[in-house]
Amino acid sequence: MTADATAELDTFPKLLLRNEAVRPHRPAMRHKDLGIWREWSWGDVARQVRCYALGLMAHGLQRGDKVAIIGTNRPRLYWSIMAAQSVGAIPVPVYSDAVADEMAYVLDHAEVRFACVQDQEQVDKILGVADRLPKIEIVFYDEPRGLRDYDHSRLQAIDAVIAQGEGLLLGDPAAVKRLDDAIASGKGSDTSVILYTSGTTGRSKGVMLSAGGCVKAATDTVEFDRLTDRDNVIAYLPLAWVGDHYLNYAQALVAGFTINCPESPETAVEDRREIGTTFAFAPPRVYESMLTRIMIRMEDAGWLKRKMFHYYLGVAKKWGEKILDGKPVPLAARLNYALGEVLVYGPLKNVLGMTTIRIAYTAGEAIGPELFSFYRSIGLNLKQLYGQTEAFLYVTVQSDGGVRADCVGPATPNVEIRIDENGEVLYKSPGQFIGYFKEPEKTAETITEDGYVRTGDAGFFEKDGQLRIIDRAKDVGKLRSGALFAPKYLENKLKFFPNIREVVAFGQGEEFVTCFINIDLTAVGNWAERNNVSYGSYQELAGHPQVYDIIAGHVAEVNRQLSEEPMMAHAQIRRFLVLHKELDADDGELTRTQKVRRSFIADRYGPLVTALYDGSTEADISTEVTFEDGRKGVISARVRVADAQVVPVSVPASQPARAA
Amino acid sequence: MNAMNQSEFRQDIAPGETLLAVDNVTLRFGGVKAITDVSFDIRKGEVRAIIGPNGAGKTSMLNVINGFYHPQEGRITYRGQTRSKMRPHVAASQGIARTFQNVALFKGMTTLDNIMVGRTLKMRTPFFWHLFRHGPAMREEIEHRKFVEEIIDFLEIEHIRKVPVGKLPYGLQKRVELGRALAMQPELLLLDEPMAGMNLEEKEDMCRFILDTKDQYGTTIALIEHDMGVVMDLSDRVVVLEYGQKIADGTPDEVKKNQKVIDAYLGVAH
Repeated sequence: MTADATAELDTFPKLLLRNEAVRPHRPAMRHKDLGIWREWSWGDVARQVRCYALGLMAHGLQRGDKVAIIGTNRPRLYWSIMAAQSVGAIPVPVYSDAVADEMAYVLDHAEVRFACVQDQEQVDKILGVADRLPKIEIVFYDEPRGLRDYDHSRLQAIDAVIAQGEGLLLGDPAAVKRLDDAIASGKGSDTSVILYTSGTTGRSKGVMLSAGGCVKAATDTVEFDRLTDRDNVIAYLPLAWVGDHYLNYAQALVAGFTINCPESPETAVEDRREIGTTFAFAPPRVYESMLTRIMIRMEDAGWLKRKMFHYYLGVAKKWGEKILDGKPVPLAARLNYALGEVLVYGPLKNVLGMTTIRIAYTAGEAIGPELFSFYRSIGLNLKQLYGQTEAFLYVTVQSDGGVRADCVGPATPNVEIRIDENGEVLYKSPGQFIGYFKEPEKTAETITEDGYVRTGDAGFFEKDGQLRIIDRAKDVGKLRSGALFAPKYLENKLKFFPNIREVVAFGQGEEFVTCFINIDLTAVGNWAERNNVSYGSYQELAGHPQVYDIIAGHVAEVNRQLSEEPMMAHAQIRRFLVLHKELDADDGELTRTQKVRRSFIADRYGPLVTALYDGSTEADISTEVTFEDGRKGVISARVRVADAQVVPVSVPASQPARAA
Repeated sequence: MNAMNQSEFRQDIAPGETLLAVDNVTLRFGGVKAITDVSFDIRKGEVRAIIGPNGAGKTSMLNVINGFYHPQEGRITYRGQTRSKMRPHVAASQGIARTFQNVALFKGMTTLDNIMVGRTLKMRTPFFWHLFRHGPAMREEIEHRKFVEEIIDFLEIEHIRKVPVGKLPYGLQKRVELGRALAMQPELLLLDEPMAGMNLEEKEDMCRFILDTKDQYGTTIALIEHDMGVVMDLSDRVVVLEYGQKIADGTPDEVKKNQKVIDAYLGVAH
């Protein structure tokens, strides 16, 4: 099998052959197994995948078949994706933590014929719903533990398939020829993979991505971030998520860098440190939990270390980001920062496994500016990107040096962005999807006639050309004056304060904006303890006048920030109240993923919403609550409504600006 | 140190045959009778539960089996060989491992080191070489480490490999203790309340590990447990003790229906 260097590299199997030819001895994958890192070079991987594909063909796999991939990040599952694509079959990665019922829906909808899974847990799930999946023929598994006594008529070890293929590679030239032809006849327009969306709104949809589009998109970002075959990533994101398929799988094949599979999801941080990854991605909450851990541990350190830590964090806060962005900084500050690097930042980054990271990204939700600055100030090149499955990830991305916490960057190379008249962000990108699998009407809803894809998010461009996402488009409303009202945007701003746990903003069609606030019991409780404020219950603490003062301060600060933004200045919060109970998923106030159910809450706390708008200073409310053991009870309270400090603005309320 | 030559034992005990038999054992501490005339057997490859109210003599029974206590009367037959007196380390070298009711690990040592301790009896290289971690000692250490890594993988404790066990939550410590016992590659594993103080999820995990141990390593397991749900699900046969005497013996279903057992657990008017 030879790679024709002149042929267009428009599919992943062709790229695999290219890597085998160009860098056969560079490491392609590592996996920590039994405490030791095992390594496969591109040559090894190409050979394994070839054998695997031959074995799969011997089991009847054909072009166009769907192959489910279920499990955590491990080499054999990545090989499964590559082997399926080599044959021309379409891999369908499925979230491994999905319950059997959700899994059954995806496997059935995708018309999966074969499944490649990690272990007994996943095999059990599939066997449990097998009667609903008549199309599934064979399940291939990676880890044999616990599966010895299973009926193997529809079960096969992946290693056995690879061994079978090895025999064919040596002894059956006709089969090898068929595989070579299958790879060569793969076209850029073929469906390369179907990624199911996580389905926060209704059933998940199968996003079909084309091979050529995927390769083009990945090539653009590999060039953008100058990734090479010397780079290392740790693969710990779910295989079924576009982030993993893009950042790890696609970019690795394009750039030829190394994918490192951790021992288990829990060891990812430690394993990353051992490997010294150079490119990293994590959602904001991962960065947040890392920071919390550091801060807690620092509180237990000796006073000298603690003093040094806080002093140098101050230095970093002042100069770190400027140094990172290459801005002019006085020599003395530079020297002091360099000393801080030796004493604090360096060791800290080492503990976090970030010493060698060249580029780090975060995305998925709004990141607190403090949190974002913290990592940047200690020298981590943390940037934001914005994207979605339908785009094959990137829509916008921040360049080195062009980073800000509140925006997600300008359009990625070769991506066009347009803002709709209702504020929705539309884009056209090289990697954009072909359509939703078996759902043409939903595809038609999402793709406009001129070929742009609707993101469902509302946003606008800042003066420096960076896109700012404010909310889901359907949640963005208008005040009575016509001024823009983006509830989630306000809520996030308030939630960045540690004392505030949850916020529900109101204002759609109203005179002004108001909100419910939930205090964070840990943070406020800690404050109360330090300030000798005694309280008997959450309700009492929430209603405490001093707590109201703190929260009022936070609201005033948010209003001040809003007043500086022409788009948002009129959506300042006029009145607020602190809720007497925590919003809870058990009471239906939050979704299971902890998102507020705004309309439900407005309904349930009707009297409080009325009080926010009719000018009264307090209101009575009684609500039914569900206790942890399932019993129901009623909580009654008198809640105080407070006026917030508002910064006057002179600019008249305007329509959202249209940017191109 | 090896008091008994392995060849004295029957090597070929088929699953289902008696691995260990307790015959008319009586254990006294001064005038107190902890165990009175108890007989039962443990068959190769089964999970055998020993249950009973507090103070029934369950832990004493385990201590008799692994040679920590020496009964005044009766015999213990292990692998076809009857013994009168045995020291615990001899029991260990013969393939009997145990865990304790209260976690008995080296708190300051890591998970890995604690489990490596379980391999001590399998070490053959002279102490001298181990002092220098060199030559044959190094080779042997690597071999044992490989075995220990398999146990770590088996018990899914990779993430705490290098964590001192004193810092671990209780449920994980219990798992490490099981790991150390498994490191001895025991023929017979004695578990003293492996699930005491665990929450439901930890209990479920532990149950799975116990069943997997039986399946994967073919280990015979004798366990003391208070959670009746666990006992009834896990065990093949149950022996019930009360005030040092055996009051029932049989499958979980038989034992559940036994009137004496019901009385012992629910109390009865005397």
